Amino acid sequence: MEPYATHDYDVVVIGAGGAGLRAAIEARQAGLRTALVCKSLLGKAHTVMAEGGIAAALGNVWPEDNWRVHFRDTMRGGKLLNNWRMVQLFAQEAPERVLELEEWGAAFDRTPDGLILQRDFGGHRYARLAHVGDRTGLEMIRTLQFRAVHLGVDVFMEVTVQRLLTDAGRVAGAFGYRRGDGGFVLFRAPAVILATGGFGKVWKYTSMSWESTGDGVLLALEAGADLIDMEFVQFHPTGMVWPPSARGILVTEGVRGDGGVLRNREGRRFMFDYIPEFFRAETAETEEEADRWYTDKKHNRRPPELLPRDEVTRAIYYEVKAGRGSPHGGVYLDIASRRPAEYIKARLPSMYHQFKELAGVDITREPMEVYPTCHYAMGGVRVDADSAASTLPGLFAAGEIAGGLHGANRLGGNSLSDLLVFGRRAGLYAAQYVQALRNHPQVALDQVAEAARDLLRPFEGPGGENPYALQAELQETMQELVGIFRTGDELRQALDRIAVLGERLQRVRVEGGREFNPAWHLALDLRAMLRTAEAVTLAALERRESRGGHSRLDYPQADPEWGKVNVVVRLRNGRLELERVPLPPLPDELRAILEERG
Amino acid sequence: MALTEVKTDAVAAAPGGRTRTVHLRVWRGTAAGGEFRDYTVEVDENAVVLDALHRLQATQAPDLAVRWNCKAGRCGSCSAEVNGRPRLTCMTRLSSLPPDRPVVVAPMKTFPVIKDLVPDVSFNYEVAKTMPVFRPGPKGPDGRYRMTQAEVSRIQEFHKCIECWLCQNVCHVIRDHQENLRHFAGPRFFVRLAALDMHPLDTNPREELARFARDRAGVGFCNITKCCTEVCPEDIHITDNAIIPIKERVVDERYDPLLWLWRKVTGAR
Ligand SMILES: Cc1cc2nc3c(=O)[nH]c(=O)nc-3n(C[C@H](O)[C@H](O)[C@H](O)COP(=O)(O)OP(=O)(O)OC[C@H]3O[C@@H](n4cnc5c(N)ncnc54)[C@H](O)[C@@H]3O)c2cc1C
Ligand code: SF4
Ligand code: SF4
Ligand code: FES
Repeated sequence: MEPYATHDYDVVVIGAGGAGLRAAIEARQAGLRTALVCKSLLGKAHTVMAEGGIAAALGNVWPEDNWRVHFRDTMRGGKLLNNWRMVQLFAQEAPERVLELEEWGAAFDRTPDGLILQRDFGGHRYARLAHVGDRTGLEMIRTLQFRAVHLGVDVFMEVTVQRLLTDAGRVAGAFGYRRGDGGFVLFRAPAVILATGGFGKVWKYTSMSWESTGDGVLLALEAGADLIDMEFVQFHPTGMVWPPSARGILVTEGVRGDGGVLRNREGRRFMFDYIPEFFRAETAETEEEADRWYTDKKHNRRPPELLPRDEVTRAIYYEVKAGRGSPHGGVYLDIASRRPAEYIKARLPSMYHQFKELAGVDITREPMEVYPTCHYAMGGVRVDADSAASTLPGLFAAGEIAGGLHGANRLGGNSLSDLLVFGRRAGLYAAQYVQALRNHPQVALDQVAEAARDLLRPFEGPGGENPYALQAELQETMQELVGIFRTGDELRQALDRIAVLGERLQRVRVEGGREFNPAWHLALDLRAMLRTAEAVTLAALERRESRGGHSRLDYPQADPEWGKVNVVVRLRNGRLELERVPLPPLPDELRAILEERG
Repeated sequence: MALTEVKTDAVAAAPGGRTRTVHLRVWRGTAAGGEFRDYTVEVDENAVVLDALHRLQATQAPDLAVRWNCKAGRCGSCSAEVNGRPRLTCMTRLSSLPPDRPVVVAPMKTFPVIKDLVPDVSFNYEVAKTMPVFRPGPKGPDGRYRMTQAEVSRIQEFHKCIECWLCQNVCHVIRDHQENLRHFAGPRFFVRLAALDMHPLDTNPREELARFARDRAGVGFCNITKCCTEVCPEDIHITDNAIIPIKERVVDERYDPLLWLWRKVTGAR
């Protein structure tokens, strides 16, 4: 068979975004031999793009803030479908994790008395997001990257893991290829942490990079682990719409947090027309009250522009559909008329730059045009709340690829703190798992041989199909049929088309050699994209209600019965199976927090 | 696989709006050798160079090797030389280039090529391993660190670095003398050293940082040509704000080792 390099580790972390880096740091600090594998160069993972900030109840700006309020906001933002234990750990530990970043060198913006400054974001009762202008993710990834390298984590850059290896129902390692020279790599390790991020690339208009193809979804499914909440996909309300080549690139929620408002072509602040009953008591009724809120949170309620993302996204969709959109089919996001130019440039330098360079728009003088863009996967690998362990022994998952924390919808800023809290936990419990092992799993050579054959298959197809075209067709399909609003009929159509694309993928024959060949890489990534698309669509078909990031035109209401279950997806005998599992019961003391006035 | 047989409609269709025809001259090859090849692609009127490369990949050159991630100037992956100028291809609008000449795209010249537009930048990651680490002092009595925005702003300029390696690519100390790689870290790492040196919480002895800058990072090789500053897509004032203060520090530490102590005690700069 094909030659391959072999590496032995205690813990292999797949993914070098915030979650993977934090996990690797923890495992390494526990003294274990730790490898970190990623598809791009180190420091380029999606986390680098995060803009607005990290949500943590530090209480630096509003001393009233604490983990209980953060718990309540997160549960309500997730439409109560969240795993309560994850939310509790998350809200309690996030401040410590942010302070730890500072101890490792991060330089957050400051309050007048020298503490970490926090900004407003949708769904958060208090200004809660620690940030560095609008490039918080860059600060976070560099800080973690420097620390991981210093601690002696071995980094395997531009290596794609294609398959997890198992031994009698336990993880035994991972197999993949080096993108640079096309050589194969075997990692032997009793514990693997999946930190592969999201899967936005399955949609056409997305804020995500080529990496976000759902590899973690496929790896977990094929190894036998469960997924959860796959139907919940977040379309961020504000992506760029124009020029077409920039469509989908994110416009941070920080614009609204810092005072920006949404208007339709008539100039109306339309969000006041879309305040749902669930949030009415905590949302401002008039523009005056909304504007006062920025400086006096005690006596005023939040502007409707800062409702959770799913609400704002649906409102924009309706405005455009009703013919009140902007020239390029979006709505206006206006901060120019509301804040001084200097303030905008200081608070949102990257946004200023991005619009100037890509659209020729000066956001200190003109409004931006925006429309929802696919942004975040709430669903992912089903994990144990405390240990981040998946349902497969030895396999852990953290970050965007893990499901459960965010329920039906994620609040802005809650991802970056998720990466830190559960990245650390995954590293810690993976280390404990390895240290407690009595007999080590063995890698089966027939699995390795099979994985190697699969990797070469795209060179051997009969031809006549182009992987780039297949990807584009899948993205169109998902955008059109599994987008912001869904119906049973369209979801079934999507499943048919996904199946056809799967057959066509078998025909692909890649030209050229194995050295850095993107067509080959894409043909392989497409397997993950198709499985991910199928899992999302099946789960969306199953959930016959509308809630958070899942809206069904044929079932437009939230259904209390569906509010009691999560949908689990697993692969059995080559087919995806669904199961409805009851939410874990919420303890009384936490229920009491939910009922506190917000 | 002949192109005519392949279904490319979905990718060949321009995403909307007016389109422009672009003549690209792209370097194709590997470490073993290569050549410039000419292509013509149809892209959206406002497209950037990276869009044109992607269109080329999707329709005519499926194995064209290109790095990218964010397409918004934030990750520093897509660096290349466009018409001889090192830049981020995702932030270079085609409309900003002369329309009557082909757009020439080549990999960064200083680093060994892997394939097409993808260079081997591992040298930089090796240097990174040798850098001194941040050592904060003790926290305040409430368990918190305090810094002013003014102090933080100084290092935030350096923290903007997206590690695009364009400055490393243009610096002639590396570009013209590959043998310098062993004792010259390059402008990106002077930025990193300056960030550490000016971090208000860092307690590394300053003379050690200065010694590192001189002996390991080789700041003395830099003769302040400012080429690095000119290409930095993040507008970091690499020479004025990072390199010159480091050079001054090295000079101070060298000729007056007590100066540092005195400053430390009196707080003078
Ligand atoms: C533009 C933008 C702005 C955002 N702003 C914010 C914000 O302000 N606040 C916030 O909380 N959240 C924000 N988010 C969301 C947040 O950034 C992401 O959810 C988060 O960074 C995901 O981190 P991660 O560690 O899970 O994965 P990622 O950072 O996506 O990293 C995934 C890693 O896995 C690797 N990988 C994937 N597949 C494989 C494979 N097969 N083999 C090997 N390696 C693999 C990749 O190479 C990569 O290193 C934003 C997102 C976007 C797109
Ligand atoms: S100023 Fe110094 S570091 Fe910058 S390019 Fe010139 S010689 Fe190199
Ligand atoms: S200093 Fe500027 S040019 Fe150099 S790597 Fe950083 S961002 Fe790029
Ligand atoms: S693709 Fe990220 S900087 Fe160009």
